[in-house]
Amino acid sequence: MTLTITRSGRRPAHTAPSARWRSRKVQGWLYAAPTAVIVGVLFIAPLALVVWMSLNRWPLLGQATFNAPDNYLKIGDNPLFIDAVLFTLKYTAITTVLLSAVALGLALLVQDRRPGIGFFRTAFFLPGAVGFAAAGLLFYGMLNNDFGPIDPLLQALHITSEPVKWIGTPNMALFSTIALVLWRFAGFNMLILLTGLQAIPTEVYEAARSDGANRRQVFTKITLPLLRPTLALMLILSVTGSLLAFDQFFVFTNGGPDNSTVSMVMVVYRDAFFRFDLGGAAALSVVLLVALVGLNTVMMRRLR
Amino acid sequence: MRRRLAGISLLGVLALTAAACGSGGGGGGGAKPSEGPVTITMWTRAATQAQSERLVKAYNGSHKNIQVKLTVIPTDNYQPRIAAAAGAKQLPDVFAADVIFVPNYTSQGLFMDITDRIAKLPYKDGLAPSHMKLGTLDGKQYTLPHTLDLSVWFWNKDLYQKAGLDPEKGPKSLKEFAQQATTIQEKLGKDGKVHGTFFGGNCGGCYVFTFWPSVWAAGGQVMNAEGTQSLNDQAAMTDVFKIWRDLYEKKVTGPTAKEEQGPTWTGFFPKGEIGVMPMPSTTLGLMPKDMKIGVTPIAGPDGGESTFVGGDSVGISATSKNPDAAWDFLSWTVSDEAQVEVMAKNKDVLARTDLAGNKYSAEDPRVVLINSLVAKGQTPYALRFGQTFNDPQGPWLRMAREAVFGDASKVPQLNAEITKSLQQ
Repeated sequence: MTLTITRSGRRPAHTAPSARWRSRKVQGWLYAAPTAVIVGVLFIAPLALVVWMSLNRWPLLGQATFNAPDNYLKIGDNPLFIDAVLFTLKYTAITTVLLSAVALGLALLVQDRRPGIGFFRTAFFLPGAVGFAAAGLLFYGMLNNDFGPIDPLLQALHITSEPVKWIGTPNMALFSTIALVLWRFAGFNMLILLTGLQAIPTEVYEAARSDGANRRQVFTKITLPLLRPTLALMLILSVTGSLLAFDQFFVFTNGGPDNSTVSMVMVVYRDAFFRFDLGGAAALSVVLLVALVGLNTVMMRRLR
Repeated sequence: MRRRLAGISLLGVLALTAAACGSGGGGGGGAKPSEGPVTITMWTRAATQAQSERLVKAYNGSHKNIQVKLTVIPTDNYQPRIAAAAGAKQLPDVFAADVIFVPNYTSQGLFMDITDRIAKLPYKDGLAPSHMKLGTLDGKQYTLPHTLDLSVWFWNKDLYQKAGLDPEKGPKSLKEFAQQATTIQEKLGKDGKVHGTFFGGNCGGCYVFTFWPSVWAAGGQVMNAEGTQSLNDQAAMTDVFKIWRDLYEKKVTGPTAKEEQGPTWTGFFPKGEIGVMPMPSTTLGLMPKDMKIGVTPIAGPDGGESTFVGGDSVGISATSKNPDAAWDFLSWTVSDEAQVEVMAKNKDVLARTDLAGNKYSAEDPRVVLINSLVAKGQTPYALRFGQTFNDPQGPWLRMAREAVFGDASKVPQLNAEITKSLQQ
């Protein structure tokens, strides 16, 4: 096969403009094809499968039978899911507020280059390198009333007189889980905010100071407004992550005590793998997906 | 140049498409018996790991052509793992399952029909009846008994002696059990180390395993025969709840019983910290050698005897590519050799009633007692057992916790939830 190398300026005159345009279009498609296939196989196909599953009665083995919209209609009859929605929203609100505050505080603490600052940045970020399931087990071990070291320590320091029921009451279970999430994610979110903080030109600060602005004014009039896009990114990550919370509750509290810490994804998991209702679980997933897309769209618009 | 690039990208597309299509066609496969050594895969849950490991080790040691590769999965994760594997058609060749889940698995078509193979076993009538019953659906048999795990009361003879109780006399009724536990608590529980009794108060499976035998011993029932209606709001069950509630309120059960989720509930007794408590019979072989332990059947409030015949059944998965090799292993596990030299030798309950009186069980009267309970105990049947009784988010755990720790007046309403779950 001979290959003719042509440059656009010396194109053969006989090529009609429309044919050339068509060939360029085909080439464009071919260039995009590998990515399109990857997107199709890895992203679109699983989503389509979930939507299709949600319209069927889907047994573990054997043929699926179309039963739409039964899987969607029965969501309303699932009190565990309704409770889980309320609980997950509550958890998301508390976590996002606390996480933003702690992460911003940490980022401001380690913002400036000082001797030893690398140690603190690493120390704050380190829990982010621990897997969520491992972190859940770690907290379970630490806070366990039978063999955990925290209770004896608190008692030795005369802070408490008897073991604290860390995951024994609904409120304490939520509080302990939030503590776990803060420990695990505050450093990670600090890193995101730190990049935002460091992108603010120092000249802006210098100008503000020479204009006589105090520290509070610098923070509210310069740091926060210029940090807005980074804060928005962190908020979206935090809200999405919290609404999809699973590992922390599954490993750490197991949804207890008395179903007080069951998240939405735990209900999906239960429907799929304990009740073997794959179609119903898919329907819950689709509802969750639509809600998340909607919420993220609103957040993107408002925070931009 | 552009054409070459286009050609390259087209190749890329083809390669990717081929890879995407190819990924669906995989599967366990494995060589056929005639082609040489076959390795079959087996899954079991951690709760009965020791027995499965012993059987697999003995089989692999005495067989060259077929080898078994055992994977142990945490008990709490077992059902989800089976479901996920079944959905992906990636089940192992052989898998054991908690016997109470078996009706659900057979109804979902996860096990292969082995009726004809079982019929050829010379000792088929000796196979543990409750396990065989739960492995049968519409007259077809799908599983063999794998391990038997019975619930019994264990008492610590040293603690009984120290508390002034007769160390050779265990409780004969649930009321006596409560009295003896209370005595231990009052006499020895001052330092907070020793407790009268213990139970898994935040674990649905623990409740059914340890509380229901008291109901059966009193002549009651917990479900209708079809497993579609819950009777847990009847007096037979609520009387049992009341006795345990009283023990908790008097702090005889240890402070962490309410939070105990299951994985560690049998860990306190072997440390010598508990006077008397219901335990799985399989833990007898795991107890410290120098610990003096008495074993007695679980009784009702005023007497009687019963047990929850639990444990695992094992079957060949419907998608196995090596059913013959799998059956060779399964049929060996219930053979005289495996049952006596592997199971009985380690004080385990046998999967065959015709071998109950063997040379090893005769050495330990406790084992003889446990073996004798197989006929008296029950294994409840319900298609929706797991999601109703074992699942931490299921309705049973809520009801049991309200009955023992919370508002007992909610029991009738929560019992209706259980019935609803059983009928789903």
